[in-house]
Amino acid sequence: MSLEFEPRLTRDWDDPSVATLAGYVAKGGYGALRAALEMSGADLIQVVKDSGLRGRGGAGFPTGMKWSFVPQDTGKPTYVTANYDESEPGTCNNRELAERDPHRLIEGTAIAAKAIECHLAFIYVRGEYLWQGMVMQRALEEAYAGGYLGKGIAGSDYDLEIVLHRGAGAYICGEETALLNSLEGLRGEPRLRPPFPAVEGLYASPTVINNVETLMNVPDIVARGADWFRSQGTEKSPGTKMFTISGKVERPGNYEIPMGTPFRVLLEDLGGGVLHGRALKAFTPGGSSTPLLTAASIDVSLDYESIAEAGSLLGTGAVMVMDDTDCVVEAAERMVRFYAHESCGKCTPCREGSWWATRVLGRLEDGLGRERDIPLMHDMGTNFLFRAFCALADGTAAVITSSLEHFGDEYEEHVRLGRCPLRAPDPQAGTDPDALAMAPPSEVAS
Amino acid sequence: MTVFVDAVRREAGSIIARYPQGRERSAIMPLLYLAQSEEGRVTREGLQEVAGLLGLKTAEVEAVATFYSMYRLRPTGEHLVNVCTNLACLLRGGKDVYEAAHRAAVVAHGEELSEDGLLSVHEEECLGVCEFAPAVQIDFANHDNVTPERMGELIAELRAGRTPEPSRGPAMRSFRHASRVLAGLERPEEVGA
Repeated sequence: MSLEFEPRLTRDWDDPSVATLAGYVAKGGYGALRAALEMSGADLIQVVKDSGLRGRGGAGFPTGMKWSFVPQDTGKPTYVTANYDESEPGTCNNRELAERDPHRLIEGTAIAAKAIECHLAFIYVRGEYLWQGMVMQRALEEAYAGGYLGKGIAGSDYDLEIVLHRGAGAYICGEETALLNSLEGLRGEPRLRPPFPAVEGLYASPTVINNVETLMNVPDIVARGADWFRSQGTEKSPGTKMFTISGKVERPGNYEIPMGTPFRVLLEDLGGGVLHGRALKAFTPGGSSTPLLTAASIDVSLDYESIAEAGSLLGTGAVMVMDDTDCVVEAAERMVRFYAHESCGKCTPCREGSWWATRVLGRLEDGLGRERDIPLMHDMGTNFLFRAFCALADGTAAVITSSLEHFGDEYEEHVRLGRCPLRAPDPQAGTDPDALAMAPPSEVAS
Repeated sequence: MTVFVDAVRREAGSIIARYPQGRERSAIMPLLYLAQSEEGRVTREGLQEVAGLLGLKTAEVEAVATFYSMYRLRPTGEHLVNVCTNLACLLRGGKDVYEAAHRAAVVAHGEELSEDGLLSVHEEECLGVCEFAPAVQIDFANHDNVTPERMGELIAELRAGRTPEPSRGPAMRSFRHASRVLAGLERPEEVGA
C-alpha cells in the first residue's frame, strides 16, 4: 500500500527558513491574514464551518461552530487562546508543527481573533516545552516588528496583541477550562460546564480555545477555501491529521496523513513497521487516554467515526505501539500512574480511584495480585467513567477497561503464576522473576 | 523584600504588565518562575513576595505553586535531571535510564536530591518528544534517545562543571537559568535559541 497525498501542515518542513518571518512571508505567509482582515467575522466563521474542520485536540468538535457560539453583544472583550499545552502521553505533533512553522500558528490565531472581534489573544505553551516557548517568543517578536501584531496589523486598522503564557507541568491544563483557570492565575482545575468558554471563558468573557493543529489549518482554509480543504480526508472528518507514532516502531515520528488513512499505512509504510519485525500486540490510536486496540484492528481507518466504531477514540492522534514482548499490565500500571499523578484532585472518583488502581495494577505486575483483583479492576474501570468533572478520569477508565477486555488472560496469568509472564526467566532480561514474586508486600494495601 | 529586589523588582513589574489591567493575578505563574530563578526553588519568602506584589494572600499563591510540578518547593540541586518513564519511553527502556540516573547521581532510594546536593533526579511524566524516546531533560533542555550509558556520561559532565549540548535548542546553565527563561526574561537570541 502506498500513500499519495498533498501535504499541508508539513509541506514546508524541509525548509528551515520557514521558521523565520522572512521565510514564512516568502512562501505566502500572512496572506490569509490579509484576506481575513478584509472579511467580516460572520464570513470567516462560515468558511471554517463549511470546511468541516474539527478540533484536533481530542474532542473533534466542529471549529466553525465553536467560533459561532461567541456572543458579540455582551459588552465584554472577547479572547482567543491557542492551546499549546500538549501533554497527552505519546503526543508531540503540536510541538513539531509550531517548532518548525511558528508563524503559521500566529497567523491562525490572528484569523480566529478577527473572526470573533478579539484584540487580545494568548498562546498557552506547556512549561516543559522550554525551547519551543522561546521559538514562539522569537516569532511573536518578529511578527510585532513586521507589523503583523500590535496596532493596525498588516496595514489594516485592526489591533491585536498576542501574549505568550507558559504552563508549569500540569497535564490537566490541556483541558480547556482548566487552562483558563491556569491563565487566570488559579490552580488548573476544570470548571463546571455550562457556561461554556464561548460564553463565559477567560476573565468571565467569551473565549475561543483551539488546539495548535486546529489553528494551523485555518490560514489555508481562508486562503484556499472550504472545498479545497475538503478535497482530502473523509466527508465527516475532512482534511489531514497529524499522527505521532512511538514505542515499538522502526521509525517513530510525526506524520501527516489524510483522515481515513488505514492504520496499517501509518504503522508499516511511514513508521517502518513494528521494531525488529516483531508482532504487533496493541496500540493506542489517540494517546494514552484512548482505549487500546489490538492487532485485529490493524486495518482500521484513522478518522473519528471509524476509530469510534472499532471501540476507541482518535484523541490526539498519538499512536503508541506495543509488541508481543511487552506486558499490558505493566503498561496499564504506568499509564494509570500518570493519571493518578496528574489528577487535579477535585473529584473523588478520579483522585482516589486512580491512586488505588495504580496500587492494584502494581501488585498484579509484581506477582502479588489476588484473584479478586481482576473483578476489582473491572469495577474500578466502570466506576470512573463519566463520574467526574472532566475527561481525565475517563482516560483512566479507558486504560483499565480496554486492557482487561483485550488481555484478560494476561491479567489472570499474572495472578496464576505469581509473576509477570513476560518477564519469564530469561538470562538477558536481567530481572529474577522469583525475586519479584517473593518481594515483601510493603505498602500494598490488603 | 528579599527576593524581588532592585532590577528583579523591575522585571517583576514587566511581567505583571503583560496582562490586562485588573487581571494582574495572571502573572502568578511567571512570577513564581522568577522567584525560583532567584533562589533555586520557591521559598516561603518567594511565595510571600509574589503575594505582596499581586495583593493576594500567601496561601493563594501557595495553592498555585503546589499545583504545578515545575515549581520546586523542596531543596533542589543546581541541575534538574528529568527522566521520562511514561509509556512511549518505558517501551524503549526509560526505566533503565531513570535507574541509571539515580545511580550515577547517587540519590538515596525514594529521594530526588543527590547526596552532594548538586543534582535533582526527577521521574518525569511524558515530555512530548516521544519519537526520541527514551527522553531526558537537563534543566528542561532535551536529550534524545538516551541510553543508561549516555545517562551516566551526561551526569559525569554535569559533575565536571560542563553543560552537555542538548539535542535541540540551547543548553541551560542551571535550573535557575532555565527558570529565568521560563519567566520569559531571557531574549531568545541571547541564549542561542
